[in-house]
Amino acid sequence: MNPAIDPTHGPGALVQADGLAVGYNGSPALRDVTFSALAGERIGVLGPNGGGKTTLFRALLGELEPLSGDVTVSARCATVPQTERSRLDYPVSALDVALMGTIPLRGWWRHPGRGERTAAREALASIGLADLASRNFGELSGGQRQRVLVARALVQDASVLLLDEPFTGLDSRSATGLSELIDRLAGEGRAVLIATHDIEQARRWDRVLCLNHRQVAFGPPDEVLTMPVLEATHGGMIVELREDGEHVAVLPAHHHHGHGDEHG
Amino acid sequence: MSMAEILAPAGGGVWHAIADPWSQAILQRAFLEIALVGLISGPLGCWIVFYGLSYSAESLAHGLFPGLVVAALTGIPLLVGGAAGLVVAALGIAIAGRIPTIGRDTAVAIVITTLFGLGALLALSPTSPPGIQNLLFGDVLGVTDGDLAFAGAAVLVTGGALWLMHGPLLAVGFERGSAPSLGISPMLVDIALLVLLSLAILVAVQGLGNLLALAVLVAPAATAALVVNRFAPMLWLAAGLAVASGIGGLYVSYYADTAAGASIAGVTVVLYALVATGAWAVRASRRIRNTGPAVGGREPGYARTR
Repeated sequence: MNPAIDPTHGPGALVQADGLAVGYNGSPALRDVTFSALAGERIGVLGPNGGGKTTLFRALLGELEPLSGDVTVSARCATVPQTERSRLDYPVSALDVALMGTIPLRGWWRHPGRGERTAAREALASIGLADLASRNFGELSGGQRQRVLVARALVQDASVLLLDEPFTGLDSRSATGLSELIDRLAGEGRAVLIATHDIEQARRWDRVLCLNHRQVAFGPPDEVLTMPVLEATHGGMIVELREDGEHVAVLPAHHHHGHGDEHG
Repeated sequence: MSMAEILAPAGGGVWHAIADPWSQAILQRAFLEIALVGLISGPLGCWIVFYGLSYSAESLAHGLFPGLVVAALTGIPLLVGGAAGLVVAALGIAIAGRIPTIGRDTAVAIVITTLFGLGALLALSPTSPPGIQNLLFGDVLGVTDGDLAFAGAAVLVTGGALWLMHGPLLAVGFERGSAPSLGISPMLVDIALLVLLSLAILVAVQGLGNLLALAVLVAPAATAALVVNRFAPMLWLAAGLAVASGIGGLYVSYYADTAAGASIAGVTVVLYALVATGAWAVRASRRIRNTGPAVGGREPGYARTR
C-alpha cells in the first residue's frame, strides 16, 4: 500500500511532500503541502476538523493518490486510529489487536504463527502491557487501549507512525504516559506525526504542521505557533490568554468535540 | 405435511424416542440438511452480528425472494434466481436511495417490502404449482439429494472463506478506517461477507424458508456471544448451537406435531433466552461476591459495554 520506496532520498527524511495536493473525486481537500519528517522527529499536525489532517494521513499511507505535487514515504508507515472508533464489545484480546499489525507482513489469508505471536507479545511488552495481553480490548482503560493500538503499529515494523488525535478522551495521567511514549518512539529513530487540537501540547514537539485545507505553516513551534498562523489555521476561533507575559492560545471548548463520535 | 403424519410417534423408552425419528430416510436427510445449514449459519452469523448486519441480512433474505419464486416457477436453479433477485434488490435500493425526499432507511424498507410482496403474490397465486409456498416457510422433509449436495458444497465454501478471511474480517470489524493501512479493503470484505450471506440464505431457504432463515443465522451467534469473548471459540460454539437447535427443533416438530422451520426458530430463541438468563445470574452473583469484603480482592474485571 505504501508509495514507492525511494532510496535516493537523503538519509533521515522518512517523509517528503512537495507541493502536494490530495482530495476526493478529483477536487483537492488539501493543497500546497510541502514538508518533511526526519527520523526521530515528533511533528504536531494542527488543524480544524475537516481541515485535511486525515486526508494528509491517507495520502502518506498511499490510500489517496496525489492530484498534483509529490509525496515520498521511504519507510513503512503505520497508523494509530482513535480508540473511540473501535467497538468495546468486540470479542478480541489486546494480543489479537496487536496481531492485526502482522497482517501486512504475513499476508491477509494467513493465520498468525508462533513468530507473529512472539512479535506481538514483544510489542505489547515494549509499551508496558505484557501482563494485559490476554485481557479483552474493551475492558482496558482509554490510555491502555491507545497503547495497544500503538503496539499494533509497532508490530508492523513501521518507521513512520501516524497518530490520529491520540489524546482524545484520555485523563491527564494517561496523557502524560502517552506523551512519554511518543518521545520514546521518536527517540528510537521513528518519525511520529500526531494529529491534535491541543496547541500547548504541540509546542513541546519538534515541528508543527498547520493545515486548513492548505498548508498554513510548517516549522519549529516557536516560529510557527503565532497568533496570525493559529487564526489562519483555525479560522479565527482562537481565544487568546496571557499568562506571565507568555502567549497562550486555546481553542473554544466545543471545538474539541467536533467529530460527534468522541463521547465514548 | 407434518412429521407426525409420516411417522406415528412410538413409545418405548428414551432411546427409542431419540432414535425413532432417525429410522426413516426422509428424516435422516432432514437432520443432515439442518445440520449443514447450522454449520454454515452459526459461524457466519457471528460476523453478521458483530458487523451490525442482522437487519441487512433480514432485508437481503426478503429482497431476493421474488428471484427464488421466479426460479421455482420457471425451473431455473434457485441459486441463479436468488442471485438475480439479489442484484435487482441492490439496484432498487441504490436507485430509491437517490430519491432526495426519502431517507435511506425508508428507501430500503420500501424496496424490500415491495419485492417481498411481489414474491409472495407470485408464490401464493392459485395458479402457482403447490410447493412454491415452501419457499416461505421451508420444507425440510422435501430435501433432495441435490439440495444436500448443494448444502455440503456451501459448508466447504463458507468454512474455507471464513478461514481465509479471518484476519481481514477481524480487522475491518474492529476498526474500519485503519484497515486499508493494514492492506485490507473494507469494501471487498463487506462484499465477500454479503456474498457468503446470500449463499447461506439460499441454503437455509430449503429447510427453514425465506421467513425463518434468519433465526438460525442470528440467534445462535448472539447466544454464543453471551458465553465467550473471543471470536475463534465463538465461531465453533455458534456452529454447535445452530446444529443443536436445528436437530432439537426437528425433534420438537416430530413429537409436538409442529411446523419444522418454526420449531427450529423457536428452539434458537428459547436457547438464547435461557443462556441470557444464566449469564445474567452469573454476573449478578459475581457482583455480590465483589461487593463483599474486598480487601486484597482483585478488581472487578467486567467492563463489557454494549
